[in-house]
Amino acid sequence: MSESFVPKLLGRSDYAIISAIIEPNARVLDLGCGEGELLAWLAENKRVDARGVEIEGSKVRQAISRGVSVFHSDIEAALADLPDQAFDYVILSQTLQESRAPLKVLREMLRVGRRAIVAFPNFGHWTVRMSHLFTGRAPKTRLFPHDWFDSPNIHFFTVDDFEDLVRLQNWTIEKRIFLQGARQITMLPNLLSEVAVFLVRSS
Amino acid sequence: MLTETQIVQFDSIRLDCGATIAPVDVAYETYGELNARKNNAILVLHAFSGDAHAAGEDKATGAIGWWDSMIGPGKGFDTDKYFVICSNILGGCRGTSGPASINPETGCPYAMSFPPVTIPDMVRLQKMLTEHLGIERLLAVSGGSMGAMQALQWAVAYPDAVAASIPIAGTARHSPQQIAFNEVGRQAIMADVDWDEGNYYGKRPPARGLAVARMVGHITYMSDASMREKFGRRLRDQDQFEVESYLRYRGNQFVDRFDANSYLYITKAMDYFDLTVGRPSLSAAFDGVKSRFLVISFSSDWLYPSYQSLDIVRALRGRNCDVAYCDLPSTYGHDAFLVNVAEQSQLVRGFLASTFRERL
Repeated sequence: MSESFVPKLLGRSDYAIISAIIEPNARVLDLGCGEGELLAWLAENKRVDARGVEIEGSKVRQAISRGVSVFHSDIEAALADLPDQAFDYVILSQTLQESRAPLKVLREMLRVGRRAIVAFPNFGHWTVRMSHLFTGRAPKTRLFPHDWFDSPNIHFFTVDDFEDLVRLQNWTIEKRIFLQGARQITMLPNLLSEVAVFLVRSS
Repeated sequence: MLTETQIVQFDSIRLDCGATIAPVDVAYETYGELNARKNNAILVLHAFSGDAHAAGEDKATGAIGWWDSMIGPGKGFDTDKYFVICSNILGGCRGTSGPASINPETGCPYAMSFPPVTIPDMVRLQKMLTEHLGIERLLAVSGGSMGAMQALQWAVAYPDAVAASIPIAGTARHSPQQIAFNEVGRQAIMADVDWDEGNYYGKRPPARGLAVARMVGHITYMSDASMREKFGRRLRDQDQFEVESYLRYRGNQFVDRFDANSYLYITKAMDYFDLTVGRPSLSAAFDGVKSRFLVISFSSDWLYPSYQSLDIVRALRGRNCDVAYCDLPSTYGHDAFLVNVAEQSQLVRGFLASTFRERL
């Protein structure tokens, strides 16, 4: 199994991967940007034109007070306003599993942006499978720590599920990066990766 | 911070209606210092009944500025960093030319012969003022309510002269409900026999009508919740509710500092303001803008509801403009932009800092 350590950015290895993908001066939209940490970092270090969308008011206030242009809105409504191909990258980090209509969100991301960067927790990870198999209950793991009744996650999907969808939609995966903690792995990603980051464009 | 209102006179200004006012006075105040590069200037735009005295304590009267909570050292508009300007609007009655000013041709107050003014006219005069102060490009323009209309107009009319626009609790055009409330105020004034077709200068002003107009205004500035909290059903005297005496007090107080004819002119300017006029959509109005935007609304504002701010934001996003938007939770109604300053300051401070860092 080939492995390499991934540096952490702002305490998150998926942020490190995302920031490595994005070239300087790009136009970047971060959906569900939280307090705007990633965008502020990209604006400062890569001079990107940074915009965000966030539904939670207190996070929006934090992000704007950081100087990031954030729109206080849900993701679907926010995407609908935007013209085609307005951004180089549209980021959706750890939020797809919380979206009511994931396919619609992905399609909109690829309409609004030239490329989509999607990071999500892999429901196919072996600890999730074991948790379900041995407890007979909804999985609770480090990656999916919530009880079923108060989880923000409403769609549970795996690396293979995502790749199937991309194939079905005739989109192209330009990059796929699989993370196990702070390590990048290549073998058996559907079983071993905790977080997957995909760089996708429409064909 | 002790302050003093200054007056500058320009030869003339040509208005949207085709008329010219000559000469034209502008009352203004400034706070903080203009830097050597002249790129730290912020123009603050007052709401309907405001004036140039936005911050600090007036040297003569001791009155505190209407946005003093937002403007000053270390505040949202930080006067340690920025040079803040505020001027009284055209058509007003607080030092800038308006219906109560003397018409040099007659030697009498203009009264209703003062030409109708528009929000774009007000902004054009502000542009003359900033040029007079040696400022080519403002770091930001910002205001609440009618001040928000001016902030939008600035970005549309002078795209190269504004780096950032911060419209708060505003709209790109009045709804019929907003026009209706203004019309009630106007009718109250004109129904007062003392109004006398506007020719009351030197005589008894239409105080009762103007006070009633202001009472209606104050109701629309508050919210159901804030009124319940502030007054409840408490009685002041035996048969008078607290809320009644409050409104009467505010109405009577207003008469001392405001001109009834200005009330008519300014509310008309607000009602006629419409960024979509002559354009296929609101988005089209923003085609040429170059500034970034911070749009703020308040959840309990029913006079300028959040949807109106959202309309502005959606139109800007439709043109892929750089816009930040936050709907702040508040129970204060439309007054929130004057009262809810903690969160507003936080947003403004960060937004200005990044604009100053990245856009200049």
